[in-house]
Amino acid sequence: MDFNLSEEQTAIQDSLKRYLAKDYSFEQRRAILKSPLGHSAQAWATYAELGILALPFPESAGGLGGNAIDTMLIAETLGTSLALEPFLASVVLSGSLINDIGTPAQRESLLGGITQGELLVSLAHGEPGARYATNHVATTAKADGSGWSLSGHKAVVLGAPSANKLLVSARTSGGAFDANGVSLFVVDAKAAGVTIRAYANQDNQRAGDVLLKDVKVGADALVGAVNQALPAIEHAIDRGIAALCAEAVGVMATLNAQTLEYLKNRKQFGQPIGKFQALQHRMAEMAIAAEQARSMALLAAVKVDTSDAADRRRHVSAAKAYIGQSARKVGQDAVQMHGGMGVTDELMAAHLFKRLTVINATFGDVEHHLGKFSDSLLVA
Amino acid sequence: MNLDYSPEEQKFRDEVRSFINAKLPADIRDRAQTGQRGSHEDIIRWQKILFEKGWGASSWPEEFGGTGWNAVQRHIFDDECAEAGTPMQLPFGLKMVAPVIMRFGNAAQKAYYLPRIISAQDWWCQGYSEPGAGSDLASLKTRAVRGTDADGEHYIVNGQKTWNTLGQFADWIFCLVRTSTEGRQQEGISFLLINMKTPGITVKPIIMLDGEHEVNEVWFDNVRVPVENRIGEENKGWTYAKFLLGHERTGIAGVGRSKSALRRLKALARRQLGDNGKPLIEDSRFRDRIAQVEMELIALEITNLKVISAEGKQHAPGPEASMLKIKGSEIQQMLTELCMQALGPYALPWLHDGLDLAGSSQPLTDAFAPRDAGISGSYFNVRKTTIYGGSTEVQKNIISQMILGL
Repeated sequence: MDFNLSEEQTAIQDSLKRYLAKDYSFEQRRAILKSPLGHSAQAWATYAELGILALPFPESAGGLGGNAIDTMLIAETLGTSLALEPFLASVVLSGSLINDIGTPAQRESLLGGITQGELLVSLAHGEPGARYATNHVATTAKADGSGWSLSGHKAVVLGAPSANKLLVSARTSGGAFDANGVSLFVVDAKAAGVTIRAYANQDNQRAGDVLLKDVKVGADALVGAVNQALPAIEHAIDRGIAALCAEAVGVMATLNAQTLEYLKNRKQFGQPIGKFQALQHRMAEMAIAAEQARSMALLAAVKVDTSDAADRRRHVSAAKAYIGQSARKVGQDAVQMHGGMGVTDELMAAHLFKRLTVINATFGDVEHHLGKFSDSLLVA
Repeated sequence: MNLDYSPEEQKFRDEVRSFINAKLPADIRDRAQTGQRGSHEDIIRWQKILFEKGWGASSWPEEFGGTGWNAVQRHIFDDECAEAGTPMQLPFGLKMVAPVIMRFGNAAQKAYYLPRIISAQDWWCQGYSEPGAGSDLASLKTRAVRGTDADGEHYIVNGQKTWNTLGQFADWIFCLVRTSTEGRQQEGISFLLINMKTPGITVKPIIMLDGEHEVNEVWFDNVRVPVENRIGEENKGWTYAKFLLGHERTGIAGVGRSKSALRRLKALARRQLGDNGKPLIEDSRFRDRIAQVEMELIALEITNLKVISAEGKQHAPGPEASMLKIKGSEIQQMLTELCMQALGPYALPWLHDGLDLAGSSQPLTDAFAPRDAGISGSYFNVRKTTIYGGSTEVQKNIISQMILGL
């Protein structure tokens, strides 16, 4: 039992914090989100220099040999500044999938590109009508000569508009909900037959629906074994959830700090509104919610790479559901306590609230994960 | 950063577990497993067993006979005790007055009181709250007037204390008394140790909403207390009182006890039948509520471990203990409420659950009732947890002021 961070962990987190404090103020971020790319290429290059993009991968794959705790610390820190870069999409989701089941050639070219900051990869897995079911894959891949031909529709693919490559899940056998029969392919985002309908999400992060129509890929595009990709995809999504949990903790930390400042500075009835007990108690509840959420994000990080998949899923779901509840409480109460200013675009508080709301609806909301955790009690 | 217990910590857990398995008397274990509350003799017997082992005071430093364990070891010990259903170690002597005596008492006081506390020779109770001084404790009015007689210097104490837990068995009471009415109300308080056999003390039961006699009023009518029974300086008692309250919050999260209550709840939900004769746990509406409280408890356990790890050798937690108190007490209440609901119609009977305090006890395992019937009493009993030791609202005040700076 040890809650201390290693020197390396503290050092890398500190350099990221210093960078964000200097070059990622809320006003600078406002300019970044209006740019065509929607995130900062310069920030991405800096993350690469700091080693953040290589952190979670083994040294044999050009990584720094970090673990899920390292990812947690980075995601949390990025959350405190509402960083817009596709760390989740490219590094946590796609990078870990390629590392887990990619061929040596794919690890070298794709993972190498990701860790150097030269390549952006997005995971195109969810589909319209699938909601949060991870086994729902209707997109098809049919054998086509020595390669494959992919057709289908992928929904709300994070980071899709800026991605160079897409990791597309497609059915190579079985029915739309079968766990078996799902395969994974690398597809060039500009390949013939790929259409990306790009948009910004409610939190200003970029995403898109991806339409695939008879997209031809070679035999070397297959990632992992035919029909067997789903367990690895689900593991990658759990890693994504753990990172989102940590990011939410960072977002809540900033939101609580700003709400506290507001309570101390905003005066009504001749005194700071933070002198009113009704608001003090609400703020105390928000502080407790954030602290408990931090504990659950730690649990998710500790459990996400455990070898027992049922144990992993159970705890990741508990963390996502619980943090969803904390985030809802902190987000809604922060807006309420900022009064009229809380519902304007001007304050960061509203943007933090929107990010928390989007995190809650990503990879399963509170009810979805509460249900999964609850069902695990039948066997536990 | 590592949430797993180290091999040494795991070994320590095994050692604690095998000790409890070997030494916890079978009748006490049976009572715990059928949900009955133990008697006050159980508490004394268990304390003596722990004392013989050298584990009488897990939170004391070694120089006073404590174990000298670190925070994680103390947590493991509490966890294992909860798992096995050992009697509670009463906090009033071990965790409340003892730290005050160690820190502010003189050599004679340390030498006399501490060995008697750890060996269960003396049963202590608390004399803090008064009818007019609850959350606003410093407004207390029990008077102590200094005087001299043939036997020496003394105080004459008059007044009334309330919410005194298990004082009907007590040998000693530690009391906050007013020795001055000058200046701020905090500045006229002294800290006295009073022998419960002293003439003029009357203990009157307060029957709580669960029908139990767990707390009392204690009346003082011209009670003579030797001046050497005062801790520290006269009129400085508020400082010692606050120090004590900091210690009162150690272990306040009650994680171990709640984990064991959660296990009982799940077992109950498997045994009880819901609609269509299926086990209640298969009803997702009920199961989701168990899941909710389990998530709360998982989060609290980690938060608690973070706090106690940061605490290290320093045994009084800071204001963050208020978070643990709020969450821990809410979880206890949720768990007992769900147990009561799981019982359905058998939540109704009031089966006096065996605490011998009122002199009558009735076994829970009557032929007519499932063995958990009567558990509703706990639902009523634990309403106190969000009130005592600083109510939830007082804890939120502490967080607002001490942590948030509002």
